[in-house]
Amino acid sequence: MPTTLENWNPGKKQDRHPEVTYEEKEKLFLEVKNDPRYEDFLYGCYECGICVSTCPSARFYDYSPRVIAQAMAREDIERVYDIISEDIWNCAQCFSCVRCPRQNNPGGLVTLLREVAVKNGLQETKDVLQGYSRVIYKVMLKGNQVSPDMLQPDFFPDWGPWVQNFSANMPVWRKAIPVDTLRGVTDAAWKTNRKTLLELYTIWFETGNMEIIKEIDEGLHDLLADVMQEELEEG
Amino acid sequence: MTTTVEEILERKAHAVTRDPEVAPTHDIREALFELEAKGEIVVQRVPENHIEVKTKFGRTKKIPVEHTWHHKSCGQCGHIPGYTSSIFWLHRQFNLDYIDPTDQTSCTGWNYYASATSNAAAQAAVMVRNFAAAHETGYFPMIHCGTSYGHYKEIREQLVHHKGLRDEVRRILDKLGKPLVIPEELVHYSEWVHVMRNKFAEKQTVDMSMIRATVHPACHYYKIVAEDAIYDPDIYGGQRTATVTGTLEALGIDVADYSTWFDCCGFGFRHVLVQRDFTRSFSTLRKIEVMKNEVNPDLTVTHDTGCVTTLDKSQFSAKAHDRNVGIPVLSDAQVAALAMGAHPFRVVQFHWHSTDWRPFLDKLGINWQKYWDEFQNDLELIRAGQKSGITWEDADKPVVYG
Repeated sequence: MPTTLENWNPGKKQDRHPEVTYEEKEKLFLEVKNDPRYEDFLYGCYECGICVSTCPSARFYDYSPRVIAQAMAREDIERVYDIISEDIWNCAQCFSCVRCPRQNNPGGLVTLLREVAVKNGLQETKDVLQGYSRVIYKVMLKGNQVSPDMLQPDFFPDWGPWVQNFSANMPVWRKAIPVDTLRGVTDAAWKTNRKTLLELYTIWFETGNMEIIKEIDEGLHDLLADVMQEELEEG
Repeated sequence: MTTTVEEILERKAHAVTRDPEVAPTHDIREALFELEAKGEIVVQRVPENHIEVKTKFGRTKKIPVEHTWHHKSCGQCGHIPGYTSSIFWLHRQFNLDYIDPTDQTSCTGWNYYASATSNAAAQAAVMVRNFAAAHETGYFPMIHCGTSYGHYKEIREQLVHHKGLRDEVRRILDKLGKPLVIPEELVHYSEWVHVMRNKFAEKQTVDMSMIRATVHPACHYYKIVAEDAIYDPDIYGGQRTATVTGTLEALGIDVADYSTWFDCCGFGFRHVLVQRDFTRSFSTLRKIEVMKNEVNPDLTVTHDTGCVTTLDKSQFSAKAHDRNVGIPVLSDAQVAALAMGAHPFRVVQFHWHSTDWRPFLDKLGINWQKYWDEFQNDLELIRAGQKSGITWEDADKPVVYG
């Protein structure tokens, strides 16, 4: 229902997500609150708005780090659910908001909220991360977020026609770099030892990181798990 | 643990007095040494050849000059390789001892800040695995990426304050046969550039006094765990971080101020990869166009992977909308290398940048076409199989412009 002067009632809590039970929303909130880092990130809030004034996302989205700190501190379960299902993905994670005079870390709170959203496989989170899977694949397998072969015009059309030169000349341009670990490498940022990658895969399995991927994209998880397990078995 | 009302009232019964001579935060290094004394962690010491600088609250930080293990940046190596090659080239000009390791992964922090598809233990284990790899070599980590540096500072705080996390990370490290190592200092490469700036100026062959530049200080360098960044009373009166600006001033560049210096670049981690409308808008409307309108610089300089990428690549679409943009973007390391005669394409690798850098080189009096032709010749030899690639042998010798 659209908000009008007749039905606008800022003092009344609105349940924007009636399809989710209060108990489920409370469970998610408690997961965030029980993270050991929570107490390092939230001390209270003066409502001064310094975090908002420095926040890049607040300039372009209906987004406020102050509201996040406030909702968390007030333990406003409904509002926190609105935030965890939508707002958190607007944050640019620049941490300009840590200028807070109360020493809050709203960007850190967003990180915790995002972790819980991912771990619980919220549909809104799956939707946001849908186009991002190829990056997760790269970082989990290669230990690098980006690689030269990702510089394709169809992936970065707004970077201008010069991007075509990257992809067209990639093999030879990469050989024309004097750094030994970079020279000629196109599918990763640098040459990495096989043993190093096996250690990385061990970390992903041992810390439960693979289960996190499973919640967000089961197909991607299965693909990654197959490749990594095969590599680990080969030793 | 729940705080009782009585505890809060007791705390508030005492007046808060703050001595301006005393830093308002704890010194994390003292906590590291305490944990080492208890046998919980290994603290890798800064090598003997180091330079001491002051950080935000007046503490002393040791910056190693050499014997360093270079924790490379995936964004730099992957998309702006001249950033990485310039850092190494500068080391080589002074015959400094360093390792460019293959036993290194990225911090994976870009992904964590973009998608949160990880957790505290995994992020800490990735960091400590890299530090253990450096420790095995005896060389001290120097971190190229601003986000890796900021992320690792946060993780260091978490490891110090949460025993449960330390125990979990140690369990994983045991499986890898590695100790839990944390370096005595976390050092960003731009801090090394900062302490070396006067040495660079001594070897400078390209006059840069006609250049006006703006500086974008990288958020993850000085906003995350703020007290660890370098400050200098002679630079911005000690009110902003001194890195980058100090280097440019040492090279004779006119550093011009602009009103949105504190704003981030608009990178956004996830945004720059899959939601670039935000990134493009913020970086051009709040940074590039403001710089252009207020001081019209020849160049903007920063010290982080994402900032160079965002500020450089976002300008094309803004130009298409007739916005007032068009400022080439470089890292401090690339500027210093260029000032000392690094080849614009073999070392600085301008061809990986998108915003037109030719007017900047023209203003410096560098005949970029001549060096581009030289580089094209290199590429032809590589294509023809007569050369396997460009090596340090080709790139080490400074160009004498004239």
